[in-house]
Order: sequence, then C-alpha cells, then structure tokens
Amino acid sequence: METLKEKQTESTTKKTITISGAEAIIHCLLAEGVDLLYGYPGGAIMPVYDELYKFQDKLTHILTRHEQGATHAAQGYARVSGKVGVAMATSGPGATNLVTGLADAQIDSTPMVCITGQVPRHLLGSDAFQETDIIGISTPVTKWNYQITTAAEIPEIMAKAFYIARSGRPGPVLVDITKNAQFEEFEFSYEKCTGVRSYNPTPKPSPNAIAAAAELINSAKKPFIVWGQGVILGKAEEELKALVEKAGIPAAWTILGASALDTDHPLNVGMVGMHGNYGPNLLTNECDVLIAIGMRFDDRVTGRLESYATQAKVIHFEIDPAEIHKNVYADVAILGDAKESLNLLLPKINKNTHESWHNIFKEKYQIEFDTVIKNDIHPTKAGLTMGEVIEEINIASGHKAVIVTDVGQHQMIGCRYAKFKQSKSNITSGGLGTMGFALPAAIGAKMGAMDREVVAIIGDGGYQMTIQELGVIFQHKVPVKIVVLNNDHLGMVRQWQELFFEKRYASTVMVNPDFVKIAEGYHIEAKRVSERKDLKETIQKMIASKDAYFLEVKVEQEDNVFPMIPSGASVSEVRLQ
Amino acid sequence: MEKKWFTMSVYSENNVGLLNRISGIFLKRHINIESLNVSKSEIDNVSKFTIVIYTTDKWVQNIVGQIEKQIEVIKAFYHTDDETIYQESALFKIASDLLFDERQIQNIIKESNSQIVTVARDFFVLAKSGKRNEIDEMYEKFKPFGIMQFVRSGRISVSKEEMKISALLKDFQH
Ligand SMILES: Cc1ncc(C[n+]2csc(CCOP(=O)(O)OP(=O)(O)O)c2C)c(N)n1
Repeated sequence: METLKEKQTESTTKKTITISGAEAIIHCLLAEGVDLLYGYPGGAIMPVYDELYKFQDKLTHILTRHEQGATHAAQGYARVSGKVGVAMATSGPGATNLVTGLADAQIDSTPMVCITGQVPRHLLGSDAFQETDIIGISTPVTKWNYQITTAAEIPEIMAKAFYIARSGRPGPVLVDITKNAQFEEFEFSYEKCTGVRSYNPTPKPSPNAIAAAAELINSAKKPFIVWGQGVILGKAEEELKALVEKAGIPAAWTILGASALDTDHPLNVGMVGMHGNYGPNLLTNECDVLIAIGMRFDDRVTGRLESYATQAKVIHFEIDPAEIHKNVYADVAILGDAKESLNLLLPKINKNTHESWHNIFKEKYQIEFDTVIKNDIHPTKAGLTMGEVIEEINIASGHKAVIVTDVGQHQMIGCRYAKFKQSKSNITSGGLGTMGFALPAAIGAKMGAMDREVVAIIGDGGYQMTIQELGVIFQHKVPVKIVVLNNDHLGMVRQWQELFFEKRYASTVMVNPDFVKIAEGYHIEAKRVSERKDLKETIQKMIASKDAYFLEVKVEQEDNVFPMIPSGASVSEVRLQ
Repeated sequence: MEKKWFTMSVYSENNVGLLNRISGIFLKRHINIESLNVSKSEIDNVSKFTIVIYTTDKWVQNIVGQIEKQIEVIKAFYHTDDETIYQESALFKIASDLLFDERQIQNIIKESNSQIVTVARDFFVLAKSGKRNEIDEMYEKFKPFGIMQFVRSGRISVSKEEMKISALLKDFQH
C-alpha cells in the first residue's frame, strides 16, 4: 500500500477530474481494458449501474439471470481470452450468490474481479437491509479482497485488484464498495498498479535448480511429463512442446492442462487422474523422473499419495511457492513462471528419444482402446453413448471448438475424448467440480472468443442448476451450442452408488422436463436425438448453425466411465472395468 | 510424524482483514492456534504476528506457505523452541489479606521472581514473565489460597537467526 502511494505521488503529470465514486469505477474498468462485464443490479450498487447506463457505448454489461451465472460467465471469458473477467452484484444476497464462482475461480486460478455494492458506511455493522459481511464470507475463497468506504480509495484499490487478479498465480479478487463511496465526488486520476511491496507474484527461477533439473532429465531413462494449467496461464505452450520434442518425453495432462499441446501430438499420451488414461496413470509409478509443470498434485490426480511415484525423482515447475512439497516432495523445485523456466531449461536439454519407453505407453493405450475406448466411441450396443457424441462433435468441428463441460460423467467423457488443436480450448470446473458451471461459462467463453465455435457439454443434472441463463443466450443472441447428454440420472453419483454402494440409487434418478420445449421457450432452435441414425446429421447441423442451438441426446442411463482410480486407491490400481 | 512446538513469526502490512485471513488458514486445516500475539515489529509500519502451534514439520511448512501467500504478508518464518528466545507474561489478582495472613505467599512471590504491580485495599496484582511452565508452577502454588483473577498473554519470541525483512522489502519493490 505504501509503495503504491509512493509510486502514485512520484508520477507527476496526472490528469484529474472531479467525478462520483460510481463514475470512477467505470473509468477504472475502462483503464484496465474491460469492455464487457456480467452482473445483476440491486439497491446498494445502483449508482454504478446508473453510470453503466451512461457508458453503454464503451462498456457492455450482460444481465445474467443469477449472480452465480455472472461469475461463471466471467470465468469462461477469462479462461478463453486470458483477460480478467469481471462480475458485479449488489450487497447481501447478490454478494452471497457470487461465492460459488469465487471459490471455483480461486481453486482453478482464474483471474476475476468481482465488485459488490455495500450498505452506506454509517450503517455498517447495524444489520441494515441487505447488509452482509461479504469480506468475511469471501476471505477464504479470494486471492485478495477489500472494502472501500470512501471514494478516494477507488482508483488505487481497483488498480491493485486487477493487478493481483492477473499477476503470478491468478485468482479472484472481490472489491466491496459502500454506497456512500459511490455517491461521493472526488478528484479522480488513475495509475495502473505495477507492484505491491508485500507480494512477489513471479519468483525468478534459480539457475542451480534449472541445472539440476536438466541433469536429471538428461540422464533419465524413463522420463515422464505431467503438465497442468500453469502451462496455459504462463503462455508456455510452445516451450512445453519444444521440451517434449527435444527430449522425446511422453507427456500427459491434468484436466485443466488439456489443449496446451495438440491432442494428436505423437508424444501426448493423454490425461492423468481418476478418469484419466490407463497408460499415464499406471506408468506414473514406473517412470524414473517425473517432470511436473504448472500442476499442483491434486488428489484426483495422485490417488493415494503414499504410493504415488515413490520410485521417481520429482522435478516441479511451479509459480506458487506454497505448492512446493505441499502434496508431493520435489527433489528439484523450480519456482517461477513456466515460460521463463522452460526457456532457461531448454538449451541445457540434450536431444533424445525414449522409444522403448514411449512404446509402453502405446501398448497401454491399445489395451485401453480395446477394452474401453472402442466401446465408448464406436459402440455396437443399441443405446447411445456419451463418447460417440463427443466424437461426432470432434468430426463436425474439425477439432477446433472450445469445449465447455459441466461436472459429472459427461465431463470426464468430454475431456477424455474431445480433441484439441489450439490452447485455451477446454473450459471446465476442475478443482471445485461445480455443477451448473458450463452453461454460463460457455456464454462467457463465446463472448471472449467470438470467432470460435463454443460447444457446451452438460449433464441433465447440472444443466438444471443454471438453466435460467438460456435467457442471456436468447436476449443477447449468443451463438453457443448446447449439448445436454441426458441419462435421466445424476450419472457420476449413480456410478459410485453402483460400484461402491451396492446400487442403492439414493436420489440420483431424475424425472426431467421437456428440455427441447424449454429451449424453444427461449426461442432457441432445439432438437432431441434418441437414435444413432440421427446423431451425425444433427450434430453437423448444429455446428453449421450461425445461431445458438440446443441439442438433447438421450444416452444410455446406466453407463459408467472407465478407466477409474477408485478414491483412496493408488494410480497403479487404475481399473479398466 | 512427530509433533513439536513451533513459533511462527509473520511480518505483514497492518491491514484490517488480515487476521481473519490468517486464522482462516488454521481453521481450514483444523489446526488449533495455541497462542497468538500481534504487535509492531522492528520495521516502521510493519506488523508482526507471533503464532504458536503444536504440529508436525510437514504441517508447519504447509501453513507457513499458505500464510506467506497472502498478499499483505511480507514474510513468514517458523522456528522450534530451541531456535528462539521466548516468553509469556501473566497477571495474578489475589486478595490482599492473604499477603498479610499467609506467610507462604511472600515466599512464593520471592521464589517465583514475580513483581508486585499494585496493592489496593482488597487485592494486589502480581506480574510474572517467563516460560509457560514457570507461570504454570506459580499458578499451582497460588491456587490453594485462591486466585481472584488470572490471565496469561500469548507467547512473544525473537529468533536466534536473523530475519531479513528490510532486504526483502527492497527486493519486492524492484
Ligand atoms: C453443485 C454441485 N452439487 C453436487 C455435486 C456432486 N455431483 C458430482 S457429479 C454429480 C452428478 C452430475 O449429474 P449430471 O449433471 O446429470 O451429469 P452426469 O454425471 O450424468 O453426466 C453430482 C451430483 C457437484 N459436483 N456440484
């Protein structure tokens, strides 16, 4: 704070204008390059909405149908564009409705700034109408938060909010602004934040650690890369590819790392984790050097920690010091931005191929193909599978679509079988597993990449958690493609009940409404497919459509997702059936 | 893994919500804070939290990492008891008549190295600084005679090694 103030007084030639706090908020957003935000108005934020009205030629506000939708839309926008997503809400219930999105953005490192209105300063602590302690509530799920109570604080805090949200390991920031601060007039000038003295967002990689990593990699016989979203957030896709190719290392991804490297790249061996691919999970416990890049060893990735890669030397490239040794001990830890670290590493890496080691991955893939994949994407049974739907979407979109998935079986199938040619193409709720994420996130993703095809893949359960956002698609003519894979169950929970609770299907059977009629109610072209013969053509028609399109596919009710590492089991115990 | 006593020293900006953020880190991990003290530090405008926990090496590392990650935290250190000089303070409020009627009391005061802060008509107040067990011992000795009020502070501690905060602050500013 001190530094910021110092820096601001240092810079001498600043234009100041006298405006209200509410108008200042708009100028701050514009100065940060924001041209789109999502939100929902209410009493305590009305002065800002009044300014949004005046500035609508410069700043588009999208009225979502629920504040949770605003956060997920902002997340989808941020994930696809790399920019900071912005969501706005009123005090009290408006603010509390943001909490799920904040938690999701926090655990998935998504840059987002949420702005909430608050009761006037003199009413704070009086249990005023729609007063809630959103600073207290949001503290555990924000990277930073702050309550502004006078207009004069607005420029400095807003600048800091954007800086913190996007720098280092990104995350959500919440700024709560009392209503009096929105009305107050003050001398406004804006200066972007370039540093906070107590915060070191991007540590510099240590040359010694780089050298140690290079030595381990060069002498490895069975090296294995697992990368995560850090590669995408750090814009290190090219460096990852260069490393993989130069050293000839088989590489696998966590769910949030998907799309950083072409799915069809010969050294891309698939996904790790609970429903990841067979080979990469199994061989995690056979590699001699495990190179983790921008991933945090989530328990869904590692399975039982005590038997995770214990035979391997672990090299961990990571920007967040708190992640080092948190779950898995790193023999070599390289703190820093992935792009910078990999660029330092690359010249020290010897050219290599690890053919016989890579061949083991291919053998395992063949086993998985014969027992699982073949039946998933080219089924011979009568009922439709989720996998074949994804495969048709791949074909129709030429591997170019942004795939947004919700949470459940369809998410695992979607991430397993969707093919990507371009980074930032897989948008899903990874760490929090938030049902209801996909529909609003797809809206945000489309608005963040209007030139790209955006396909949302959603289960019948999660769809109904944020279904009201169809209103946004209708009102703003957002041309997203919505595919509901309807198994009339909360499929993933049902699968666990089948496998671990002797088929006691407690509250997982869903009696669903007519989804086609609902979409049509919003004037969205809609179609239901229940038979294989109609699938290909309908998906092609959907992808070809210039407008929003809703497709419900009636899939098998009791299919399971495999491979699977049962929770608490080791990656070596990955089951194919 | 073996549990030990650790003292964490957290240097931070003086910020309204920071205590909430820090205590939330313990709450989330279901780890008890044994003692907490907040004060100014040797650097102007930098606050210092002194937090005592009883846990394993692994957890103390994890927690220090999470604390340090908070934007307003400049740096967090942790030390074992051997690596620090530490003390707690306590106040005892005791009925005045005991001071005159019980010969024992005077001996306890002397032996315990405590100071009489004030003597009023009805009560007197003793202050004692030292290790937790010394204060506990004194407490046990007074207990049979009756203690009107007792309070003990959180641990305050300085480390034997240097904690390089000023240099860090310069680094952060680039
Ligand atoms: C908000 C929320 N509530 C509950 C869960 C637990 N949960 C995980 S998957 C799942 C079932 C999802 O069912 P559906 O959306 O129909 O997708 P499917 O698994 O059938 O593909 C549930 C209830 C969750 N992840 N998120």
